[in-house]
Amino acid sequence: MSYVAYADRDHEQEHHDPDTFITKYIWSQDHKVIAIQYGITAIFVGLIALGLSAMMRLQLGFPDEFSFINPENYYQFITMHGMIMVIYLLTALFLGGFGNYLIPLMCGSRDMVFPFMNMLSYWVYLLSVIVLIISFFVPGGSTGAGWTLYPPQAISPGTPGIDLGILLMLGSLALFIVAFTMGGLNYVTTVLQARCKGMTLMRMPLSVWGIFIATILGLLAFPALLVSAIMMLFDKLLHTSFFMPAISVMGMDPGYSGGSPILFQHLFWFFGHPEVYIVALPAFGIVSDLISTHARKNIFGYRMMIWAIIMIGGLSFIVWAHHMYVSGMNPYFGFFFATTTLIIAVPTAIKVYNWVLTLWEGNIHLRVPMLFSIGFIFTFIHGGLTGLFLGNVTIDLPLSDTYFVVAHFHMVMGVSPVLVVFGAIYHWWPKITGRMYNETLGKWHFWMTFLGTYAIYLPMHYLGFAGVPRRYFAMGNTDFLPDSAQDLNAAITMSALFVAATQILFFVNMIWSLKKGPKSDPNPWDATTLEWQTPDHPPKHGNWGHELPEVHRWAYDYSVPGYADDFIPQNVSADEAPAGRDHEGEH
Amino acid sequence: MTIALGFLAIILATLLGWLLKQTFNAEPWEAAVVSDTAHYGPFGADRSKLIALLGLMAVVSSFFALILSAYALRMELGDWVPMTEPQLLWTNTVMLIVASGALQWTRNAAVNDQQGRLRPGLLITGVLTLGFVLGQFIAWQQLQNSGQFITSNPANGFFYFLTGAHAVHILGGLYVWARATLKVVLGTGDATTTRRSIELCTIYWHFLLLVWLVLFGLLLST
Amino acid sequence: MPLAVVLILLVIGSLVFHILSPWFFTELASNWSMVDVTMNITFYVTGFVFVTVNLFLAYCVIKFRHKKGARAAYEPENKRLELWLTGITAAGVALMLTPGLFVWGKFVDVPADAHIVEAVGQQWHWTFRYPGRDGKMGEVDAERITMENPFGMDPEDPNGQDDILVYSPEVHIPVDRPVKFQLRSKDVLHDFAVAEFRVKMDLVPGMNTFMWLTPTRIDRFDLLCEELCGIGHHTMRGAVVVEDQADFDTWLAKQPTFRELNAKPAGNATVGAAQYAVCAACHGSEGEGNATMNGPKLAGQGDWYLKRQIMSYKNGLRGAHEDDVIGRAMVGMVATLANEAAVDNVVAHIGTLPDNEIAATIDGDVGHGKKLYAVCAYCHGGDGMGRQALNAPRIAGSSDWYLARQLQYFRDGVRGTHPQDFYGFQMGLMGQSLRDEQSVNDIIAYINTL
Repeated sequence: MSYVAYADRDHEQEHHDPDTFITKYIWSQDHKVIAIQYGITAIFVGLIALGLSAMMRLQLGFPDEFSFINPENYYQFITMHGMIMVIYLLTALFLGGFGNYLIPLMCGSRDMVFPFMNMLSYWVYLLSVIVLIISFFVPGGSTGAGWTLYPPQAISPGTPGIDLGILLMLGSLALFIVAFTMGGLNYVTTVLQARCKGMTLMRMPLSVWGIFIATILGLLAFPALLVSAIMMLFDKLLHTSFFMPAISVMGMDPGYSGGSPILFQHLFWFFGHPEVYIVALPAFGIVSDLISTHARKNIFGYRMMIWAIIMIGGLSFIVWAHHMYVSGMNPYFGFFFATTTLIIAVPTAIKVYNWVLTLWEGNIHLRVPMLFSIGFIFTFIHGGLTGLFLGNVTIDLPLSDTYFVVAHFHMVMGVSPVLVVFGAIYHWWPKITGRMYNETLGKWHFWMTFLGTYAIYLPMHYLGFAGVPRRYFAMGNTDFLPDSAQDLNAAITMSALFVAATQILFFVNMIWSLKKGPKSDPNPWDATTLEWQTPDHPPKHGNWGHELPEVHRWAYDYSVPGYADDFIPQNVSADEAPAGRDHEGEH
Repeated sequence: MTIALGFLAIILATLLGWLLKQTFNAEPWEAAVVSDTAHYGPFGADRSKLIALLGLMAVVSSFFALILSAYALRMELGDWVPMTEPQLLWTNTVMLIVASGALQWTRNAAVNDQQGRLRPGLLITGVLTLGFVLGQFIAWQQLQNSGQFITSNPANGFFYFLTGAHAVHILGGLYVWARATLKVVLGTGDATTTRRSIELCTIYWHFLLLVWLVLFGLLLST
Repeated sequence: MPLAVVLILLVIGSLVFHILSPWFFTELASNWSMVDVTMNITFYVTGFVFVTVNLFLAYCVIKFRHKKGARAAYEPENKRLELWLTGITAAGVALMLTPGLFVWGKFVDVPADAHIVEAVGQQWHWTFRYPGRDGKMGEVDAERITMENPFGMDPEDPNGQDDILVYSPEVHIPVDRPVKFQLRSKDVLHDFAVAEFRVKMDLVPGMNTFMWLTPTRIDRFDLLCEELCGIGHHTMRGAVVVEDQADFDTWLAKQPTFRELNAKPAGNATVGAAQYAVCAACHGSEGEGNATMNGPKLAGQGDWYLKRQIMSYKNGLRGAHEDDVIGRAMVGMVATLANEAAVDNVVAHIGTLPDNEIAATIDGDVGHGKKLYAVCAYCHGGDGMGRQALNAPRIAGSSDWYLARQLQYFRDGVRGTHPQDFYGFQMGLMGQSLRDEQSVNDIIAYINTL
């Protein structure tokens, strides 16, 4: 294998070899440690949000049983659950976690280009999480305005947490955006500048592509959230009227006039829709690599996959108002946004076809990461197809604001990315820790999670068809719902609690592996990408020892005809490739 | 939202153009030899900070473009009363233009290795830029004294928001300027690093000047 | 192998669930059958894709799962196949989108002959306005909203004088006539949604929005708010009654116009004093209440609330439940008040009675009660004095034994289950989290301290 000299390439990268425990694990500037810090923090808040959802499900499934859930904290729970899951868990985990870990390793660099800024990014993120958690405990509690934080209700009486709760929420979001911008600029610069020799853009694994494009989306979209947050802070604290019209709340006049709540919605969804893809694109990329590796076959239509990612990213900026079909905005916008929204289905469908076609004539090893990947394909098809209902402006009329929406976005943006997260953690666990996990336990975890979540969300669509509105603390008696709807709700709650409980298997497996897991091979999956070719296992600070790797091929040289092994690592040159026993001759 | 969209279109088109050039003809599965220059961005292997700065400028532009979009949407509602901007803003604008020019002059000096000009150049830039921020603050005071508060009208609200946000970005630039200036004044840091810092500062100054001119033009015309 | 089987079973199971599900669209009651048609087209297209792609996926998993000595094929891409798939997908998308845009075109284009009904949303109630004989809505302004003028009407505007104001969450519309709902909110976002009509639209403060439909079925439909509007969001219900033109005209004629409401004489306390003699037997001569007679304290209670309750008893909304023995007795008593004017008079008299403090009878953990009361405070106020704007009565300083019994009634469905008792329904849902005796006592103990 050929390496370029250490000093040849990376003189712009700052390097500090850490020596104490604190510099190694706490104030670390190593992208791998920062990735783990991001990952642990994100999963920790994710568990809080999971707990909140269990409380919500208890209330919905058994509305007459639990006196510790009242309407006030129910609406706080839905708000915080949504906000945490979308931003503090998924965004942070995919970009701060996987982005941090994978970009330098997969691109063949020693670290992020700006390690100090990378460290700062994590600590500001942690601060934003702390501010978020503090908001649960301030007088009035956290905000209960829904994760969309629509004014006027977000800052008007009648909603929980309109004082400190909403202020801390907006403050925490601002901090998160600062953290994300620091991290994001780093990821983009690293992908552009710090690839090792031979690693052209078109040789990058799709994981890096997905994370790269998602980061660009995030950098351009998060400012919209910042702008709306600042303007809402002004409305709340200084009494400007950017978003607030003249209103009479609870018989009192709060003194606003002339503002437009719709303006906030435009700004919010200008961020909010790309945000969906900020979460989805890294998942798309990662799952492509998992499928290719475990099916021992190159990803089908690599170029098309990249262009699909780029097209989806670009289109995601001109579909935002499909969240606002019934918001009271100019109804003529509906035509435009329905069209752009359904167009985005085309590149998305291509990605699905290509995943499935990668399996075609593959050599599929149904290991745990692969199970999660195929589970993802199934749930993503389901969630993507229900998106065609909601994106089509006419069908959105009956379904908007019902449980159909809840089921759709949980399927497409909750379950699907989370299945990828698990698949990815299982896949890279040996690389991160140097140990194997328990395969059987992993499979149990997959089956329970996959089947359990489907049992939650498939029926939930039908509650939506029947007209059950979302964000209802309780339905009470209605004329239009059959009594059995409540039984269905109870069944959904049972599944949800079951799925939540089975996540313990994951943690048991990981803790067991850390303590007693067998040492893993440096490249247990026979993968081609660079992170599996590091000289140390797990990789040490600086990743590559004395010399940077040099890349000679794309990331998908699996089962190349004429080669003995069914994979050729990216850093193997054409001359060095294992001697060509003719494979056909074996039979 | 057309403003934000137009801006995004420009950014995305630029990015896409570059990506196309990199990727269009590649047949990635061919394990061919690739040129030495294909593994870093368009400005060379050692220009990471420049790339990051351009990225930051894209983020900041997105931020301002979105405020301007909100401005345009809010303006259409009935209660908008156009405000008259304080005359002081003209003086401030001139200061910022001269500051930008002084920094450009300093940069040229650094490129031509005329070390003696760096110190006065940087100091003039700093004083004028601080003068701009101070001037903006005084303009706020004048408005307040004439009874034009942030709550008086959405036009006022946006005026304070836009000028404030711009000033914050200037202050951020001044932090980097201070670090570069300190190095020059103390004589620490090698010539290349100093030159690079000054170059990046110059780009950022021109950028913020451009942002200010757009904002100012918009404020004047509405 | 199990994976492939499970995938196939999931596909079949999803289809079976879909076919057998009793939870599906409610029976259509408007002209928007085209919404259902568009939906069905989408169902067929997406259903086809769902089944085909997943079965193909399962097939791949079976056929190409790892076997000893097997090797994957090598095929970087296949342009022809990819183009075909792109083309077919684009065609499918166009097939779904076209009818959608067509129907949306109808939705944004209100027929010229549609009559107008205004729905006004507020936390957490619906009220309605009809343009009256002149067919024109009067000017309204959020800044003019008061308790006496809940619609924010402009008293000077001649167009507004004959506007018919319905201060109740129940709205009536005639069948088979296109109606344009003009939507307005007083405070925060709301959403006007009736499942059977298929269409819905947000109410946005500061602007008017609209939607239209032609009701096609005579019935009474639940009206729901479907945009989060605060902690009472799920209790913001109403009813849309679709009836034939004659019934509608009769109903509409009974509703007051703005002019009539303004001209209405206030209740006469002196006349009311005579009628109050009947009430005094149980409620006490000074309205101080009498626990042994089951008569709660009336003095100090809001006149609007007293009137609403008396009318509820008269109209069978309250005291109709078979378990509500005391309420049924009350129904007999209010029969002595011949008409609305008599009610106004007696309420006016009660307003003159002294609001004296009465002794507490219920003990509990005040600290715990205070915590629980946080939810109640949203409507009844932090001081328990009630808020007319939210239709929430005063609870501080009232007969605590009566509060306890009513909470129990709400919980057990003795009160608040009549389909027209929207306010009672609301309290029933909000009171849901007060499930045990102890919590009720604690919260009342706290209210006693207010």
